[in-house]
Amino acid sequence: MSLEILDLLLKSFWETCYMVAAATIISTLLGLPLGVILTVTRKGHILENAPLNSILGAVVNATRSTPFIILMVAIIPLTRLIVGSSIGTTAAIVPLTISAAPFIARIIESSLLEIDPGVIEAAQAMGASPLQIITKVLLPEALHSIVLGITLAIISLIGYSAMAGALGGGGLGDLAIRYGYQRFRVDIMIATVIVLIAQVQIVQSLGNSISKKLNKNKL
Amino acid sequence: MIELQNVEKTYYGKAGDIHALNKTNLNINAGEIFGVIGQSGAGKSTLIRCINMLEVPTGGRVIVDGKDLTAMNESELRKARQSIGMIFQHFNLLASRTVYQNIAFPLEIQGLSSEDIRSKVEPLLELVGLVDRRDHYPSQLSGGQKQRVGIARALASSPKVLLCDEATSALDPQTTKSILDLLKDINKRMNLTIVMITHQMQVVKEICDRVAVIENGYIIEEGTMFELFTNPKTPTTKDFIKSINNVELPPILKNATISKEYMEGGKLLLRLSFIGSSAGDPLISSLVKNFDVDVNILYGNIDSIKETPYGTLLIEVSGGRNSIKSALTYLHERKLKMEVIGYVA
Repeated sequence: MSLEILDLLLKSFWETCYMVAAATIISTLLGLPLGVILTVTRKGHILENAPLNSILGAVVNATRSTPFIILMVAIIPLTRLIVGSSIGTTAAIVPLTISAAPFIARIIESSLLEIDPGVIEAAQAMGASPLQIITKVLLPEALHSIVLGITLAIISLIGYSAMAGALGGGGLGDLAIRYGYQRFRVDIMIATVIVLIAQVQIVQSLGNSISKKLNKNKL
Repeated sequence: MIELQNVEKTYYGKAGDIHALNKTNLNINAGEIFGVIGQSGAGKSTLIRCINMLEVPTGGRVIVDGKDLTAMNESELRKARQSIGMIFQHFNLLASRTVYQNIAFPLEIQGLSSEDIRSKVEPLLELVGLVDRRDHYPSQLSGGQKQRVGIARALASSPKVLLCDEATSALDPQTTKSILDLLKDINKRMNLTIVMITHQMQVVKEICDRVAVIENGYIIEEGTMFELFTNPKTPTTKDFIKSINNVELPPILKNATISKEYMEGGKLLLRLSFIGSSAGDPLISSLVKNFDVDVNILYGNIDSIKETPYGTLLIEVSGGRNSIKSALTYLHERKLKMEVIGYVA
């Protein structure tokens, strides 16, 4: 493999990492509170609030049902407002974040719902406040499952980041399309795919081992 | 210590309203172990959850330690709950915390410093016998050990009342016994008021001072364990008593014809219950010595209700008409409960 390819590959790899990492961090920061609110406002939960729950649920569903490529184009004005440009790797972070945040919210919601209601009841019986229940019971007890969920989100983000190439976002997906597909460079195509596979494998096994460390249910 | 005044709980639903608890009045004294027994769905869980307001009653007042919980706002209620401990059938421990951290949990909620927490948790580990398990996670413990953690956790905030929600129902008999012994010990040592709901008569018999029987959301009978045991009034209570006191006839006699009239050569079946000191009287031998009768023991059992001995005996008495008659008169004069079942061939 020539130095030129290696150079391209390395640059694209870092672009993908940058996009995915930034989008994961920001969308987790947004998705975590959203997921918590979606959970605790459910019927019978600690802060039941049906109207809030349905409104948030509807917003989350609407975002999640919009195909990523369309969402990306549709929010160009917003992207421009936030980043100052709608083209480039940094610009791609905005649509990636907006599509991943509701996904992460749902993942966190389903992890939190797995917690035995008896444990929440026990905390209530001790006089814990709703905030204490969230921070001391719900999140720590669900953490191992949340980690697996976020791993899943990172992997989808790696996939989506390839599409962000269409906005000039760069990254491995973009490299594969421009060089591998449009310029018939099979070698680049194969190299890109191998790097992508390796990336996903590493992320998944890292996620698995962290989650396993955190999970005290089966020792 | 605990007073329920006309407490009601109704669940309003599309399929109709469910009255889980109907105008319930209860008075539980400080330092006593009070049992509430009932079948599944009788309303026991609702009743115990009304005491710490995990279930908010739809009517009536709940007064614990002189404070009306039903009149409190959320934050007052949270404060009040800190002096009411609770343990559960399925323990409800935090899986991500060690034994030590679980016991520390209620203290953390109260905002105690880690120094203060340690000084409270360590004696509790000692008390429940889990010093060597302090850094284990709940998944590494047996059921009995988990319940010990539950008890220690409930005691951490030095409560005045301990609520036990079917606390032994998920445990084997051996472990149940050790948990009950622990509860009895705590009750004596700390003068802690304990309320336990259960469907196991065995549990009630073992440790409760007073008992209420609940059915369909009504308390149908209430009294000391002894009153209930020796003189049950309702069929449900009788059923519960039966579950620990074998009063059934042996299988061979089940299908035999039993006649109320004296039969020549027949045997009279008697069921005798002894209470307290009379359980120690040599009754059978004096029966045989003083009257011209033969006595055959079919079934016998001596048990105790909260440390008072209680015996049951099923005997066959045979002999002449007059001998049996005077034997019966003798038995009537004793301090015991006798039931004449009838004559069998």
